[in-house]
Formats: sequence, structure tokens, C-alpha cells
Amino acid sequence: MEENRQQKDQIPDSADLHISAEYAVAERDIAELVTGEVVVGSSLWRDAWRRLLKNKLAVFGMIVVLVLVVASLIGPTIIQKTTGYTYDSIPKDSALLKSFPPFRGPDGRFSLAHPMGTDAAGRDILARVLSGGQISLMVALIATLVSLVIGVSYGAIAGYLGGPLDDLMMRIVDVLYSLPYVIIVIVLLALLPAKTPTAQLAQLFFALGAVSWLTMARIVRGQILSLKNQEFVLAARATGVSTPKIIFRHLIPNALGPVIVYATLTIPTVMLSEAFLSFLGLGVRPPRVSWGSLAAEGAANLAVFPWQLIFPGVTMALMLFSLNFVGDGLRDALDPQARRN
Amino acid sequence: MLRFIIRRVIVIIPMLLIVVSLTWTLVRLAPGSFYTGEKKLAPAVEKNLREKYGLDKPWYVQYGKVLKNIARFDFGNSLKYEGQSVNQILLRALPVSATLGITAYLIALLVGITMGALAALKPNSWLDYASMTLAMLGISIPNFVLGPLLVLLFSLTLFWFPPALWNGFPSKSLVLPALTLSAIYIAYIARLTRSGMLEVMRSDYIRTARAKGLSETQVVTRHALRGGLLPVVSFSGPALAFLITGTVVVERIFALPGLGNYFINACFNRDEPLIIGIVAFIAISVLVFNLLVDISYAFIDPRIRY
Repeated sequence: MEENRQQKDQIPDSADLHISAEYAVAERDIAELVTGEVVVGSSLWRDAWRRLLKNKLAVFGMIVVLVLVVASLIGPTIIQKTTGYTYDSIPKDSALLKSFPPFRGPDGRFSLAHPMGTDAAGRDILARVLSGGQISLMVALIATLVSLVIGVSYGAIAGYLGGPLDDLMMRIVDVLYSLPYVIIVIVLLALLPAKTPTAQLAQLFFALGAVSWLTMARIVRGQILSLKNQEFVLAARATGVSTPKIIFRHLIPNALGPVIVYATLTIPTVMLSEAFLSFLGLGVRPPRVSWGSLAAEGAANLAVFPWQLIFPGVTMALMLFSLNFVGDGLRDALDPQARRN
Repeated sequence: MLRFIIRRVIVIIPMLLIVVSLTWTLVRLAPGSFYTGEKKLAPAVEKNLREKYGLDKPWYVQYGKVLKNIARFDFGNSLKYEGQSVNQILLRALPVSATLGITAYLIALLVGITMGALAALKPNSWLDYASMTLAMLGISIPNFVLGPLLVLLFSLTLFWFPPALWNGFPSKSLVLPALTLSAIYIAYIARLTRSGMLEVMRSDYIRTARAKGLSETQVVTRHALRGGLLPVVSFSGPALAFLITGTVVVERIFALPGLGNYFINACFNRDEPLIIGIVAFIAISVLVFNLLVDISYAFIDPRIRY
């Protein structure tokens, strides 16, 4: 962050040298009409990417996120192939049905079998943390996607159509904003537990996505309001482009910067909410595990087996920390004006 | 201003109705009931109990009773805690949650504003980086990880504070829960203060204040802080919602007899009157608090008029 701020001062007008996003897309459309080919590459995004790479904390964040994502995706398979442990494999030998500290074998001596130790049922914590990562990441991504789809369409429609409809739609958002939604989600998940763990996951996506689209809708509406009176929209309307096509093809792509930034910052928030619900026993249910449910298990055994909390907790905190830095970095990179003055 | 307040107060009523109706519908829709527990009741006993609590009436009679209860702010008796009214439980649990929440928020204001202001006065200094990294850590470490870790360090290793106990306001038992709860607010408030102050420090009226010869301390405390804290005030609205979420977890970690703990247990127990009572109470406090925050803008920033 710090380097970025200083370096941005050294390249003061990089954004001004290039055409702004809205014209880039409009020009791309015209070029497409003329040549029939899709013209790729808009210098705004390349610029943003370059600025992002100069931000050391954001790069650190991206690397950590990448490592954790890859480890969560392929880690459990590798562990199963090499050692035979999975997140829910309980050892047959009853002597192994207890929690071993990290790097300790049953005989109490150094062993590489369980680098994060085992839990009370003798299950490998490393395998559980990585599998839990899969679920946590999946919930965060899908719920963010749900909120993205709802929020962007809602905000864009309200902003573009304007008038009494806009008033009504935004009033609804205001009302929903001030509702204590956490309370309703808790009631929903506690009273209507799904039949299967998979259905429970689907319920989580829905519940988390449905409550986190509000800010997105406001951001998109604000963007659309400032874009909709510009010439390229007028041009599109003059050439007879339909309203839905103007919204989804011309306006939304131009509002993409803030949307991407906010979506990036939604991922850690949703991940935290999932973990919070799982910690209360309302989210992911056994045998499935997530970072939240692992932390809940660990917190229960804190006094005797602290490693059961520390490993999933620290992994999760590291992920959230890195995601937040990536989000902040993206914001600075996509909106250099905000930080320059 | 008065018209604005009246309009906002009137809006609170339908919103409260939405929340309570939604909750009540969920409780109704959910399969099973309070009486489908581990202990099987004799059919005759269950029938009598249902009659006693009015659960045998048609749905519209029961819904009407819920609405009447809210209007009178009397939610009847809890199913689980026999012989205790929901109001008694609320009165018992509220001081716990309120003490915890207010203490945590005061700590957060004190530490957060100091951190943010120091960072903003010397932007890009090591102090700035240190406090902003610390703030990022505060946002990223979930309170249900932070809490147990604090317990591990201060209760189970150093034996400074009790791990799970409630002795009310000035007591050792408040330290760890309040710290756990305040971490994320410290982080948010520090970030908000920093960006708010940075913006204000560049504005014309700060230049005017300097030009008329005020000392730097006076410029900062009298002018910059006041303007720079506006984002912190607007954060106080959503903060209450956060505070409720936070207290649910913190009360569970430290086994405190507060609203959050009762609420989760009521949900798991299907204790309908208690669920409705707590939801209505929380909804009212959130709605009223948001209103107060909006009104307070006008006092802090004289440019805002309703």
C-alpha cells in the first residue's frame, strides 16, 4: 500500500493519458460493427493491473490467496494418495482415536504423518483444514456471485429506469438495510435445517447471497446514474438498441470497476459470515467441514488441544487478511484519482 | 427537522411488523415444534400444554395475539423457562449484553480514533503503516478465533482473567469479552478516522483555521477531528447491527448470560414466545438507533438539513 502510494505520485497522469473506460467500450463496439472482429484490450485494465503489481501488500495477498486456493483444491487428493488420510477417515486402531499434537506420532516421538496433529477422533487436521478450505471458498464464491447477480441487475435497472420505480426500489433497499438480517438468517437456519448436508450448503449460499446484495445495488445504481446521460448511451439509444441491451451491454460493463472492487471485498465478508454461522452450529454440518466449523470444534477443546483451534483459525485469518489486501489494492489500482490528491 | 423525525418514527412501525411477521412465519413453517423434543410427552399432556399457551388456536388468532403482545410490549411466558415471562428474561439478559456492547464500543472509540488520527496526522510514516496493518489484522481475525486465543493466553496460561464468568461492570470478567468484541470496531473506526481526517486536513476551512493563527493542536482537536469523525458517526448505525452479531458469538465463547446466548438457545429450543420477544426487541433497538444516528448528523455537520 505504502509503495503504491508513493509510486503513483511518480507517474501522475497515467490515467489521464488514456481514454476512459466508457469510451473504450463504446469505441470497441463501433470497431466491432465496422470490422466484425472483437477488439481486445482496454488500456484502463492493463494500467490497473500494472498499478496492482506495484502494490507489494496486494501482491503478497494475491500470492497467499493463490497458494491457499491451490492447496485447498488439490491438497486433500494429494494427502489421500500419499498417506490415505481424508477429512473424515477415522483410524481403525482404537489406540489412535485421540488427539495428537502436530508432528507427533502415537509413540510421542517426531513424525511427519500429521503436520497439524489430529483431532479427538484421530482425523488428520491438515486434511480437514484443506477440505474445510474447499467448502469455505465455495460458499464465499457462490454467495458473492448470487449477491453480484442480484445487486448488479437490481441497481442497474433502478438507476437506468429512474423515476418512481427507482424511488420505490431504493426505498425497499433502505428498508432491508435497516433490518437486523443476521437475526433473520439465524432464525431461518436454526428452524429450517435442511435434510442433507448438500441442501444445507445450498441454503447457506442463498441466505448469505440474499442478504449481501444491498450495498452492491446502491453502488451500481450510483454508477449508472452518472453514466446514463453520457453520449455513448444516447448514441446507443438513437441507433435503436433495446433497453435491456443498453443496461447489460453498455452500462454495466462501464460500471465494472467499482463492482469488481466491492465483489472482492464481499468475498471475505461472506466467508466470515459463513464461519460465524458454522461456529454457532447453523452452517456447514458434519461430516462436511469448513473453517468455521473446525474453529468451533477447536474452541470447544481449547484447554487441552489448542492446535485444533490454532491451525484452522490462523489459516482462515491469513486468507481473510490476504483477501482484504487484494481488495484494497484493487480499489487503489482501479481508482487512482481517489488516492492521488 | 421535526417532520423528518415524525416521518421516520412512523416508518419504524411497518418495518417492525415485517421483521416480526417474517420471524413468526418461519417459526410456524418449520416442521416440528417445541414439544417434539428428546423427551416424549404423553399426548394428553401435550394437548393441555398447547391449550395453556394458546397453541391450539387457528393461525390467525395466534398471529393476532403476537401483534397484540408487541403493541403492549408483553410477550407472554417462555415455553422453555417455565414460569418466567419473556420480559423477565429480557430484563435479566439485556444488562449483560448492553454492558458488554457499550464497554467494547467505548474501548473501540478511544483506541480506534487515536490510532486513526495519529495515522492521518503523519501519513506514510511508520506509525501510519503500523496502525493500518494492525487495523487490517483486526478486520481479518474472526472474533471466534480471537476470543479463544485470548482465553488460551490470558486465562489458561497466565491466569490473569477468568475464562468464562460474569460479574457485571467493573470486574476482571469483563476484560476478555470486551476486548474480543472491540477488536473489529477498533479496526473499522481507525480506518474511517484516518480517511476522514485525511480528507478534512486538505479542506479549505482547515487552511483558514491555520491562517488565522490557531495552534496545530487546536486545528486538529477543534476543527479536523470534528469533521473527520463524521464517517465514524455514520458507522455507529451499522455498528449496532454488528454489535448484535458480535455479542452472539462472544457471549457463546465466554458463556455469558446475555441476549445473544438466550436468542440462539431459544432458536434451537423452538421457544416461540422468546424468539419473537428477542427479535422484536432487537429490531426496535436497531431501528431506533438508526434514527438517532441520522438525527445526530444534523448536530455534528451544520451543513446537513432535513
